[in-house]
Amino acid sequence: MAYDKFNTLRSSAVPLPIENVDTDQIIPARFLKATERTGFGDNLFRDWRYNPDNSPKPHFVLNNPLYSGKILVGGKNFGSGSSREHAAWAVYDYGFRCVISSFFADIFRNNCLNIGVLPVQVSPEFLQQIFEAIEKDPQTELEVNLPEQTVEIMATGAREPFDINGYKKENMLNGFDDIDYLLNMKAEISDFAAQTPL
Amino acid sequence: MRKTLFDKVWDSHVVRRVENGPDVLFIDRHLVHEVTSPVAFLGLKSRNIPVLYPERTFATADHKTPTRNQQLPVADPLSANQLKALEENAGRHGIPYWGLGHEKNGIVHVIGPENGITLPGATIVCGDSHTSTHGAFGAIAFGIGTSEVEMVLATQCIMQPKPKRMRITIDGKLNQAVTPKDVALFIISSLSTSGATGYFVEYAGEVFENMTMEGRMTVCNLSIEMGARGGMMAPDEKTFAYVKGREFAPKGADWDNAMAYWSTLHTDTDAVFDKELIFDGAAIEPMITYGTNPGMGMGISGAIPSSENAGSGKATYQKSLAYMDFNEGDSMLGKKVDFVFLGSCTNGRIEDFRAFTDLVRGRKKAPHVTAWLVPGSHKVDAAIRSEGLLDVLQEAGFELREPGCSACLAMNDDKIPAGKYAVSTSNRNFEGRQGPGARTLLASPLVAAAAAVTGEVTDPRKLMQTQTIS
Ligand code: SF4
Repeated sequence: MAYDKFNTLRSSAVPLPIENVDTDQIIPARFLKATERTGFGDNLFRDWRYNPDNSPKPHFVLNNPLYSGKILVGGKNFGSGSSREHAAWAVYDYGFRCVISSFFADIFRNNCLNIGVLPVQVSPEFLQQIFEAIEKDPQTELEVNLPEQTVEIMATGAREPFDINGYKKENMLNGFDDIDYLLNMKAEISDFAAQTPL
Repeated sequence: MRKTLFDKVWDSHVVRRVENGPDVLFIDRHLVHEVTSPVAFLGLKSRNIPVLYPERTFATADHKTPTRNQQLPVADPLSANQLKALEENAGRHGIPYWGLGHEKNGIVHVIGPENGITLPGATIVCGDSHTSTHGAFGAIAFGIGTSEVEMVLATQCIMQPKPKRMRITIDGKLNQAVTPKDVALFIISSLSTSGATGYFVEYAGEVFENMTMEGRMTVCNLSIEMGARGGMMAPDEKTFAYVKGREFAPKGADWDNAMAYWSTLHTDTDAVFDKELIFDGAAIEPMITYGTNPGMGMGISGAIPSSENAGSGKATYQKSLAYMDFNEGDSMLGKKVDFVFLGSCTNGRIEDFRAFTDLVRGRKKAPHVTAWLVPGSHKVDAAIRSEGLLDVLQEAGFELREPGCSACLAMNDDKIPAGKYAVSTSNRNFEGRQGPGARTLLASPLVAAAAAVTGEVTDPRKLMQTQTIS
């Protein structure tokens, strides 16, 4: 599914300074019953966000009106565990376009890139600076510049470069996905398959 | 150039190398289940394209199937809807579908090996992270997201940057009651849940060579829990003997050709890994987890580590213990257990049921424990019956449920209630994984059996000793 193009994103951010946030927390398994890709944002962080009686837990950051924005900032090893792409869908569907952490689990990072959410890995020190800036001013803005591959804390001017492979970067900038690419090499694939026994 | 096992298999499947980008990797076999496939099929529909190689694709229903009364219609309408969607999608695209009640039905990672879908030197993917299980055969197998499921359905290829190589070598002799599950939990507790992120792991050394194929599957299954893309082991005589004669394995001249290739599948001497780790097999104890990720595990006779050692993650560590209602320094032995779950793609195979049954033989289930024994497939279920294990289990007060993922991820009715403690042979102890508020202690089938008969966390060696004396 082609997705929105990503160029430069300037937004306030939602802080989640917890390590090892796994995809079972991002979207619990019992909400994976849909046969379509929409509506997952409502259940993003469901069990941290709501009590069993569906009343919001006031202390959870998504329920705190002070914080908002299109960038989610998570602790180290974000997105570990289950391969469910629903986790990335939930992040996207809620309205985030970028996740910043000092370390991502592989599959979650891939899933994000495949649906147009930009995973930005920064140093632990820079991550700390971001958390501090948000703590000082919840509406403080970050700027994620994909063409330049940098992320900047607007209030302090602190800036750090981030990595992304060239191919994925092109895809994100243009809103292309891997299937478009692969469908264009059908002949090459069928030659390969012919030589590869079942 | 000298190559690792991983390089040999990966490189032989690269259709194209994208400059400054990922490799286009050809996938030999693709396993599909009901949860991560519907949106992928929807994608094909909107692009108006078919599944490219349905004969390389296999579908089963497992993640949210009930483990009782499978002959009845599935009660939960949303689950029923997903199952129906898979059946229709498989039918439309000519994919073999082993739905509820089918003799080949079972957990996707159990039925792959059982039916000879899993082969040495193959590339195998599935929209489930424990696809790493199939690495036990010397395959490159890993979990993928739904966009990637769509990719593989449409083109039989996936775009992946090549992971780095790690080798974990364990020599030495394992102690009594130390099972493959304990070896895996030991490795994860040493590396943490992100210690192998970015790597593909090869397991080497005496300990793995001596393991049965099922034991190797358990170890490779858990590779993902230390963040690895996957894990694999070089195929050997045991592997070939296991594969031979299975339905989807090569036959006749194809078998001979395959064997010629498979016998080259080992890491060349002097091949270089990006990272090498070595452990001593004799240092491993039966393991149990005490926290909310699989890296929070320890030898069963130990004490819960202090948060002082958790470094910058101190707050996360304390939050985790608070969820479990455990304290730093606690011993796990003697903690009350409410539920026992034997099953999942980690420990739901026949050897797991044999180990569990051996320990409960002649004993009784503790009255306050609810035990869910869930075979990984119909074939496992049939073996449990034909080997006489069911009689022993029933005699001890246990009942057997029908195959599926069950309480491993609690998408069906098998949910551990909030606040209750479950000793589980599955693979994840995340908050709420086994049901909202559930508290999971991951362990081997032996530790699970010991808990089931004593009603508390118990060192299985204690029961095994008394057994030999009497
Ligand atoms: S048993 Fe658990 S881990 Fe294995 S396939 Fe099923 S849900 Fe996934």
